[in-house]
This record gives sequence, structure tokens and C-alpha cells, in this order.
Amino acid sequence: MHQTFDAALGINLLHVNQDGADQNRTQFDQWGIRCLNLMSSPGAGKTALLEQTLAALTPEIKIAVIEGDMTTELDADRLRRYGVPVIAINTGRSCHLDSKMVAGGIHRLAHEHNPAEFDLVLVENVGNLVCPAEFEVGEHAKVALLSITEGEDKPLKYPLMFQEADCLLITKMDLAPHLDFDLEQLVANVRQMNPRADILPVSAKTGAGLEHWFGWVRSHLHQSVNSALAIAP
Amino acid sequence: MHETDMTKALILTVREWYESQPQPLQIDTVHLVVGKFTCVEPASLEFAFAAQTQQTFLQGATLAIRETPLIAYCHTCRANYRPEIGLRYACPTCNSPMDDIRSGRELKIERIEYSQQDAARDAPDALHDSPQATQNKTALTLVPSQS
Repeated sequence: MHQTFDAALGINLLHVNQDGADQNRTQFDQWGIRCLNLMSSPGAGKTALLEQTLAALTPEIKIAVIEGDMTTELDADRLRRYGVPVIAINTGRSCHLDSKMVAGGIHRLAHEHNPAEFDLVLVENVGNLVCPAEFEVGEHAKVALLSITEGEDKPLKYPLMFQEADCLLITKMDLAPHLDFDLEQLVANVRQMNPRADILPVSAKTGAGLEHWFGWVRSHLHQSVNSALAIAP
Repeated sequence: MHETDMTKALILTVREWYESQPQPLQIDTVHLVVGKFTCVEPASLEFAFAAQTQQTFLQGATLAIRETPLIAYCHTCRANYRPEIGLRYACPTCNSPMDDIRSGRELKIERIEYSQQDAARDAPDALHDSPQATQNKTALTLVPSQS
């Protein structure tokens, strides 16, 4: 005879990923490393931003990069020129990094280097405005990028990414004179769902605004965000 | 594409529960709660679930999805409101940002319906795979619903 039962679980669908993310964060903490998760749509300028960041900050901050890319090592190769460890993770068909993939990256970092020497791990997520927001990887803060060519309506259409962000970089500001881009409207759209994120307009090409981003990273390393540099809520 | 990954995560989580059970059982229905303010589309999830559970311990199981609306609480107005996804998230009354989401972020396996042979329940030791499985057994509410 069959009997049917009902088991009340109440388990988050992503709890396996979440547990992995918590373990990664604990590992980073033990080594005294802060981890930032950089997320954006493809082509918003994550790699260009990282290039400028590595060039400017490596003398004072010991940085490693975990680079998520669906199939290639093109981005990783670009970043290796800056003389920092770049751990490439090919995600295959997966459109985001998950905590298990990043755990693999951490393992490689520990195997190939002395992890306690590092101050900062920058995770470049797969270009995608949807999924990475849902899959934590063990970061201490989320950094979202939105290029001004994407349009100021994107926060309304992809709210989760912008709601979760601790810092939002508005990239490719050098293109502003050529576009009908409304920074004020963009900030208003983001503020509808995220009153606390620091919003920093930058251009990796001209370098405009990057000092504010570097300042954000420095102050994040000291765990107090210098919001004076950002656009006030 | 992300529903494929979500389904993978779902199957991993259900498998963990399944393997912690001391007796063999057949999972009939997995009840999910999916908030409107997540990156999951229920129809795609159902499709992915049907495809990815073939030839697994979940073969033949049904996925039942209950959607929850996006509801935010405005601390200025001291009231709940329903943001319009894609259009407007701030409070329609006072324009305060959406800062306190009360519903809509759920991605939860609420419960699992399963069936079991009576004989298995009466003689659990005979069917144990490992003592580990018993130790890992999580505290669950078991409600015999019909016989």
C-alpha cells in the first residue's frame, strides 16, 4: 500500500549556492581579503574598468582577479598584462558565475600563490544583467556597471541588479556629448529601488571620474564607504 | 538560459533532501514559491524541470509553482504598496524609494509531496542505505495526507 506525505521544507532554492558563497566569504575573511563582484551587461566596460583599476591601484593594493567568461580567455589575457594573477573561469553555457565556480578559483589562487598576501579579489562576472544578481559568489560588495549607451531605462527593466548593487558605475561618460543621455533621469530611476548605492559616473577611456572609483575601492578596503565622493541620494 | 541553472540549483537542493531521507521514496510534486521580483520565469522553469529531471530520481515528478506579487512597505506612509515592475518602484503616494520588500523575492521550495511503501515505513532498518542518511535526516513536518 502507498501512503502519501507532505514534507514542509521552506528551503531557499539557491541555498546550496548561498552556503558556498558564505564559505567563500569566510575563506576571504581568513586571508584578510575583500572581494568585489563586478556585474553588467556584455560590453558595458567591466574589463576596461579593471584594466584602469589594476594600472592605478596595483602599486598600493595587492590584487587578484577571478575572471568569468563563457568560452574564451580574451578578457583574462588583457588583464594579465598588468602583472596580477588572473584566474580564468570558463562558465561554459552558464550565464553567470556561481559560488562553486568561484570556490574553484579561490582554490587555484591558494595553490599558485600565497593568498594571505592579497588585499583584494576582483571578480568579473559574466556579462548579463539578469542572473548574476541572483547568484552570490562570496563577495563583500556588489558593483554594477551601466554604460550610457544602454539607456537610462535599464534600471527599471532589470531592477534586481540595480537594487542589489552597493556601487553603480555609469560608464562610457566620454560618449555623453554624442548621445541623448539623461544622467539625472538614470539616477532617479536607480533611486526608485536603491537609495543607498554610491553612483559614480566614469570614463575608462579618458580617466574622468576614475579617482572617485579608486577612492571607493580604497574606502571599501577600510570597510567604510566614502559616500562624499558619490552622488548623494 | 538562467532557468536551466535555476533548475540545476533546484535539483541539487531537492537531491540533498532526498538523500537525507532514511527510506526510499517517490517524489510526486515539488511545490515552489517564486516571487515576481526574481529573475525566474515560471513557464521556463517548468519546461527546464521537465527536461532536466528525465532519467533522474525526480523523473515523473510535477513542479507546482505559486507566484507571489511584489509588495513593498513604505516607512514614510506606513503602508504596503505594489510597485509596478518595469515602470515604477517608488511609493506612489510619497515617492520614497522601494526600500523594504515584503513579498516578491521568494525562491523557495515550500514543500515536497511524496509517497512511500507502507512496508518500508514499518521496517526502516531493512531499507537503510547508510547510517549516515539517518544522521543527516532533517527535522520535517510529516503529515500523512491519505492512505
